[in-house]
Amino acid sequence: MTTTEMALKTEPFVLNIGPVHPSTHGVYRMRVTLDGEVVLDMEPVFGYLHRGVEKLAEERSYTGFIPLTDRLDYIASMSNNLAYCLAVERLAGVKVPERAEYIRVIMAELQRLANHCIVVGAFFNDCGAYFTPFMYLFREREKILDLFDMVCGQRLTYNYMRIGGLSQDIPDEFLPALKKFLPQMKRFVDEYECFIKQNEILLARAKGVGILSRETAINCGISGPVARASGIKWDLRKADPYSIYDRFEFDIPFGEAGDCYDRYRVRMEEIKQSLRILEQAARQIPPGPVKTEVPHLIRPPAGEAYAHIESPKGELGFYLVSDNSIAPYRCHVRPPSLINLTALREMVRGWKVADLIIIFGSIDITMGEVDR
Amino acid sequence: MTVALSGKKVAAQIEEKFPGSVVESSEGSLVIKGESLLAVAAFLRDTPELGFDYLNYITAVDYYSHFEIVYQLTSLGHNHTMMFKTRCYRRESPVMPSVVGLWQGADFQEREIYDLMGIKFEGHPNMKRIFLWEGFEGYPLRKDYLS
Repeated sequence: MTTTEMALKTEPFVLNIGPVHPSTHGVYRMRVTLDGEVVLDMEPVFGYLHRGVEKLAEERSYTGFIPLTDRLDYIASMSNNLAYCLAVERLAGVKVPERAEYIRVIMAELQRLANHCIVVGAFFNDCGAYFTPFMYLFREREKILDLFDMVCGQRLTYNYMRIGGLSQDIPDEFLPALKKFLPQMKRFVDEYECFIKQNEILLARAKGVGILSRETAINCGISGPVARASGIKWDLRKADPYSIYDRFEFDIPFGEAGDCYDRYRVRMEEIKQSLRILEQAARQIPPGPVKTEVPHLIRPPAGEAYAHIESPKGELGFYLVSDNSIAPYRCHVRPPSLINLTALREMVRGWKVADLIIIFGSIDITMGEVDR
Repeated sequence: MTVALSGKKVAAQIEEKFPGSVVESSEGSLVIKGESLLAVAAFLRDTPELGFDYLNYITAVDYYSHFEIVYQLTSLGHNHTMMFKTRCYRRESPVMPSVVGLWQGADFQEREIYDLMGIKFEGHPNMKRIFLWEGFEGYPLRKDYLS
């Protein structure tokens, strides 16, 4: 018998990770082709959470669709509210009062903090640091949810913004609570980083893993922290300032390597920048009304509009077509979560299964937004 | 601030290079013939002064008489943006050329349009349903679905 005949015959095999797996961040399935432990190919399978939100929009009034936007990216509902309201306001030419703009920015930035707390925490879970780092971040996120609860009575699906402003003004105790929270959070982030930033296990698992090149990121339409970690200095708050973001001083953190570690770093730095914006907004907020009077069944003139914001996950946009009736003729969501997954296949090729989980976790997706 | 390029001005530039490819243009957008889509899209991406390297999104709208496919492009270098459209008049088995070769970001979005609106993209490497299952009847985002 020759040695070739004796050698073990191997062949690639297919493994389904998900749809329900602790590290799939929702009902998501990856059909992975493996050679031993090495990923040869990955095919994503979506649709387990598809609810036909875009179709539902065509049967609801413009205002009536706002609660459904909460359920797209349910980790960052305020951002969805904001993007949708901006699109309708652009379509109908509605102006928003000054105070409402400030409150919107405060809500959007608090939402970014809450979102990044979850992503970073879940990322450590994926790295194998089960629940200890996660729970510290959850403790801080809880304080943000308390603030949201104070303004709209909800912890997850807020339905707080309206076309032309907000559903109601913030209560008197909100700003003092916010001003108390901000230094606490700042202290917490510094303390947290001190434990994690140079952690040997994190460096070993995340540095140099799942590299996304700048060119691929642009070509794939990647946005948000994932794009910035690959060295693209693109943040819609600076590049195309919506609402009143041009009034605040803040920097855009970005990475160079485009690996999992950079994506984590960018998010931590973004938390610090959001805190800067929040401090300025809390100081500058003027008194006044919080809503422009618009008809409950608003009929925007026939036409189309696209408005986008820098949501915690990337470019979140709404493309609306109006036929001058009370419901949108067409409502399309530009979902950062779905489009950011485009490059995943290239990012995971050649890595081991354990790395696949980390790379996937570092992208930050919500299935409600992917499947819609 | 991202500048929205005037559809009319871009249309003039396209017409110069590809005569007869622009159907109509307004300040906000322009409509391009389906058969010249790929050439025009490559022109928009590769001309240095336009440089539309980033595809924001693609979507489709059903107007009963035709489908309109909407492309929003941005140039990260120049920080300008534009929207262009193509129309597809065949309701039974509509086909459009795919732009995945130019912007890979179109991959899932074209599949989504096929899944929900029923427009096939020729040249797409993996043209199958994305959210609904194989064998699902009809295309739910069409206006005449269930009527």
